[in-house]
Amino acid sequence: MTEHVATNETILVVGGGISGMTAALEAAETGKNVVLVEKNPALGGRTSQLYRYFPKLCHPTCGLEINLRRLKGNPRVRLLTLAEVTGIEGSTGNYTATIKVRPRYVNENCTACGECERAVEMKVDDPFNYNLSQHKAAYLPNAMAYPQRYVLDPAIIGTADADRAKAACKYGAIDLDMQEETIQVKAGAVVWATGWQPYDAAKIQPYGYGRFKNVITSVEFERLADLQGPTGGKILRPSDGREAKNIAFIQCAGSRDENHLRHCSRICCMASLKQTHYVREKYPEDGKSTIYYIDIRAIDRFEDFYQKVQADPSVSFIKSKVAKITEDAQGNPVCHGVDTEGYKRYTTPHDLVVLAVGMEPSVKGINIPGHIVADSSGFIEADPANGAVFGAGCASNALDVNRAVQSATAAALRAIQVVNKVAKAEA
Amino acid sequence: MSANTAVAEKYRNNFLKEIEEQVEMGDWVKMCMQCGVCSGSCPTNFQSAWEHPPQELFMMIRAGKREEVLTSSSMWNCTSCYNCIVRCPRKLPITHIMHGIAEYAHRLGMAPKMQPTRFFSGLFWKNCTHTGRVNELKLSMGLYFKDGFVQGIKNGMAMQSVALGLVKAKRLNVMELFGGHKCKDQKGVHAMLKKAYEIERSRKTAKMAG
Repeated sequence: MTEHVATNETILVVGGGISGMTAALEAAETGKNVVLVEKNPALGGRTSQLYRYFPKLCHPTCGLEINLRRLKGNPRVRLLTLAEVTGIEGSTGNYTATIKVRPRYVNENCTACGECERAVEMKVDDPFNYNLSQHKAAYLPNAMAYPQRYVLDPAIIGTADADRAKAACKYGAIDLDMQEETIQVKAGAVVWATGWQPYDAAKIQPYGYGRFKNVITSVEFERLADLQGPTGGKILRPSDGREAKNIAFIQCAGSRDENHLRHCSRICCMASLKQTHYVREKYPEDGKSTIYYIDIRAIDRFEDFYQKVQADPSVSFIKSKVAKITEDAQGNPVCHGVDTEGYKRYTTPHDLVVLAVGMEPSVKGINIPGHIVADSSGFIEADPANGAVFGAGCASNALDVNRAVQSATAAALRAIQVVNKVAKAEA
Repeated sequence: MSANTAVAEKYRNNFLKEIEEQVEMGDWVKMCMQCGVCSGSCPTNFQSAWEHPPQELFMMIRAGKREEVLTSSSMWNCTSCYNCIVRCPRKLPITHIMHGIAEYAHRLGMAPKMQPTRFFSGLFWKNCTHTGRVNELKLSMGLYFKDGFVQGIKNGMAMQSVALGLVKAKRLNVMELFGGHKCKDQKGVHAMLKKAYEIERSRKTAKMAG
């Protein structure tokens, strides 16, 4: 599966989320050969972990499905999953990437019948649900995973469970002898679309994430609302499983803060406004949302979305950054702060607090070629010094899905221009 | 023209600029984004003690409310716990700005005279610069009699047992009331402070001119 003929006219796309998929497809559909590298066992990235996305509140499965169909029908994209780029050498038009491919222990014969999952007993944390739940150690990464193939968790190898999984498979798809491989791929241009990670909320000490069970992050809240999530789409408190009807959303949790992330993460205001819709959807009678904010940044066209939420009597807005969260005897998180409209101190208990955590670029700390120019937050800049390594999507800026797709298309176009020049020189 | 009217004239309708130039760390005030974390983190229950929490003071400065800010007792209530500095997302040195505004108001003679922090600060400074040593007996007596003779006697009576305990433990010498101990080079201390005032004055004059 790892034999690829890649040349200087190939475009390497690192990251298979919405940006990487878009960049790969846009380039492939103009006739370029693309190698798409994804670290997880399935494509889709953080977009696939959302319940719905703004502004139309459609399910991401829809948008992803369109891209997956394009991908299935396009022989020019070669997909590597469970693969990570560990280094890139060379210069514009002539790069060599070293890629580490971890074993899936399941080959192309897999039909996703699920017999191996039923056969094994071991359970491991499910990162797709931000470890809020566990899944079997033989698993399908998510309901619409592409490739639609099972994965064995490395923890299972060498145990009796592994043999049980192998015995249960009728198609000879399980190969327990698969080894980690390191391969080299040539490319003329690189699109770096490694996306983002939620800022580590435990670092925001006064908010007590990690100490108080009922303080969760916005990405975890997405999983709670999702029918495929750990609670089957019910918004329940992690501490006692009670229905959480009075929910606080805290904006700028980590963003716009010199002690944490310097930048405005741009999506969190819209994400919280969107999530108030989940509260109303799940508890139409008595759901209540409170948004604590510095200022609402519903960027450009989304102002009408904000106005509609403002008109909703179940949502209240408090212009204040919460100073501290404590926990009362019932396990309710209590928000402390001062309302800057009137300068009144408040101490308000809620069932659940959702921290609208900021976006941290995933490139941070990853060793891509030393000369990559990034801004003070670690987002890749569009700088000539970067040669033909182009940032796309959230590797280049804090973006929502819509803008990430635009950014990826732009990056694809830049990469296409590079390989076109290479092709002309070689002709 | 008094010092106050001179600066008021210079910065007419531009109180923010006045604070930026005249107050230590005052140039940070414009960086406040009014999130309210400083007030929320303040351990003093500002609603009774503080008339205006820090971010309100900053807003008032920008709104040009010179009289209200400088005569306010709010910044004098800061306990220097530094919670606000630690949590401020814009890294404003709020504690220092509070002290800076307080000091400026005092310099202009606009600070509330009997505000306890201001009163104590003045008392302490006079006490320790006089002999070069702090005379604890005179300092606490001065504080007791802040609100008049009758109240002073009452305060003294209330603290009687503590005082006697201190005398017994030889931590308090009643003879300190007459003169008290001094540092070796009392004149040297006075000369040093005189020079420091001189430097400060010339620096501030230069600033005013600029």
